[in-house]
Amino acid sequence: MGNALRRDDAVGLVAARRLRGTLPPEAEVLEWEGEPTGLIEIWAGADALWLIDAVSSDAPPGTISRLEASGEDLPKRFGGGSTHHFSLAEALALARALGHLPRHVVVLGVEGERFDLGEGLTAAVEAAVPEVVETVRAEVERRLAR
Amino acid sequence: MAESRTKTIRTDALARVEGEGAMFVKIEGDRVTDVKLRIYEPPRFFEAFLRGRAFTEAPDITARICGICPVAYQMSAVQAMEQICGVEVGGQLRSLRRLLYCGEWIESHALHVFMLHAPDFLGYDSAVELAQENPALVQQALELKKTGNKVMAVIGGREIHPINVRVGGWYRVPRKPELAALVPALEQAREVALEAVRFTAGLDFPEYAQDYELVALSEPDEYPVDRGRIVSTKGLDIDVAEYDDHFVEEHVAWSNALHSRLRERGAYLCGPLARYALGADRMSEAARAAAAEAGLTPAERNPFRSIIVRSVELVYAADEALRLIESYEEPDAPAVDLEPRAGVGYGCTEAPRGILYHRYELDEDGTILDAKIVPPTSQNQRAIEDDLRGVVERSLDLPDDELSLRCEQTIRNYDPCISCATHFLKLEIERS
Repeated sequence: MGNALRRDDAVGLVAARRLRGTLPPEAEVLEWEGEPTGLIEIWAGADALWLIDAVSSDAPPGTISRLEASGEDLPKRFGGGSTHHFSLAEALALARALGHLPRHVVVLGVEGERFDLGEGLTAAVEAAVPEVVETVRAEVERRLAR
Repeated sequence: MAESRTKTIRTDALARVEGEGAMFVKIEGDRVTDVKLRIYEPPRFFEAFLRGRAFTEAPDITARICGICPVAYQMSAVQAMEQICGVEVGGQLRSLRRLLYCGEWIESHALHVFMLHAPDFLGYDSAVELAQENPALVQQALELKKTGNKVMAVIGGREIHPINVRVGGWYRVPRKPELAALVPALEQAREVALEAVRFTAGLDFPEYAQDYELVALSEPDEYPVDRGRIVSTKGLDIDVAEYDDHFVEEHVAWSNALHSRLRERGAYLCGPLARYALGADRMSEAARAAAAEAGLTPAERNPFRSIIVRSVELVYAADEALRLIESYEEPDAPAVDLEPRAGVGYGCTEAPRGILYHRYELDEDGTILDAKIVPPTSQNQRAIEDDLRGVVERSLDLPDDELSLRCEQTIRNYDPCISCATHFLKLEIERS
């Protein structure tokens, strides 16, 4: 998920595009540019979910963080400052409250450097994309092989 | 003389408001001496980004200003571009646009009524808490949203940022059976919306009203959605091309967003309350009946009751979508032929939050030389601040935390969309 015109915010979209075609047919790849609650109806019914999004903290640009969100809510601070009505963390919590959360949920965050208007990722974020793509690809395959 | 008691209410990040906003209210004794609503990011950056781009790119670029109302941005943009090109997109091509817009209204109003504003009235911290206590209500909201999404996906090509919209019409028009397949969900949506009107009408509302100048689009036979003249409750009645003669935007020191005002009369208000005040008689029968049952009249000026108006508009949007689908005939061509030419064009449509104005200047090749975008939130900013002042003055007896919540509830009356479509997470790393 991300905004295609907000530089590093697009990292999730870029990773999704590269994942497309590399995953087994049981896995669906979706690029999402809207507000996060719209995702609930889409992921409802899925067994497992990998969310790739840009994050903004004090970590060096390109840092990848991986959080498992299946069992408990993301730490409140994780989504507290989201610029949307609902943060991703809230959308996950809402889905959990309604019983619409997949059994296995992984959030992969990539630390962004620039979120101003424009196209193209910064170098450090671009460099993190292959690892994100490979992580998701490998985890999806392992999940399907269970 | 008693020593003046100074109290400051500050909200650094406004929850449940699109974009990032902050609010500042200063109280001295029993007087509110300062109110500032701080908004960080105006579409000014998008205006610069549009310069030098092809006129055909404007719908896709501006759609990314807001994750909640991309259709509104697309519709105002295509209207302005088509005016420059000297073509009118009418008949079924236009009906499809109105239908797409109904989808966005359903999606956006469902989100706002149930998940953003209702928790304020019911005393919940968030929709997550509401979902834990009353899952059926939130589930209903999600179903409504889903119906709006479906309409957008069938006509727009995908749910968010419809890719099927183009200057001149569409890339592809839907077949009749595709639209007919939406009917059951829309009929269900109308039922849920009717319940929403009854539910919201039963909420407790703070006593508050203002003599706003309400501004909305107006068409002779339709509730305002995708076109019309700009009219107001104080006699304004102008063509969209005259917008800049009557409205002016000003910078204020505390906010990046520009504040709009009417040159002659100052603050004004657009959005559901305004549309309803000026167009109630042009709603569908079911929407009119639901409004009457809820005790809503065009004279309504309590902004807290805009949650009822949004619910009535949900009924209307479902009804109007059903009407448009019933009368749909597949057009011969998905778009009208057009060639760019040099000129200036204007577009104005009713985003869920109020009128959204676009103006573009093109050169003879269709390259954008200049762009101006005025979203409803910057138009409503003054009215929101006036309301905050009024609401706080009437609620000085409340403890600070309740007063602060009342202020947030007041701001959410306007569903302010603080034009910023990023959704990166603020992440704090804890190491041990």
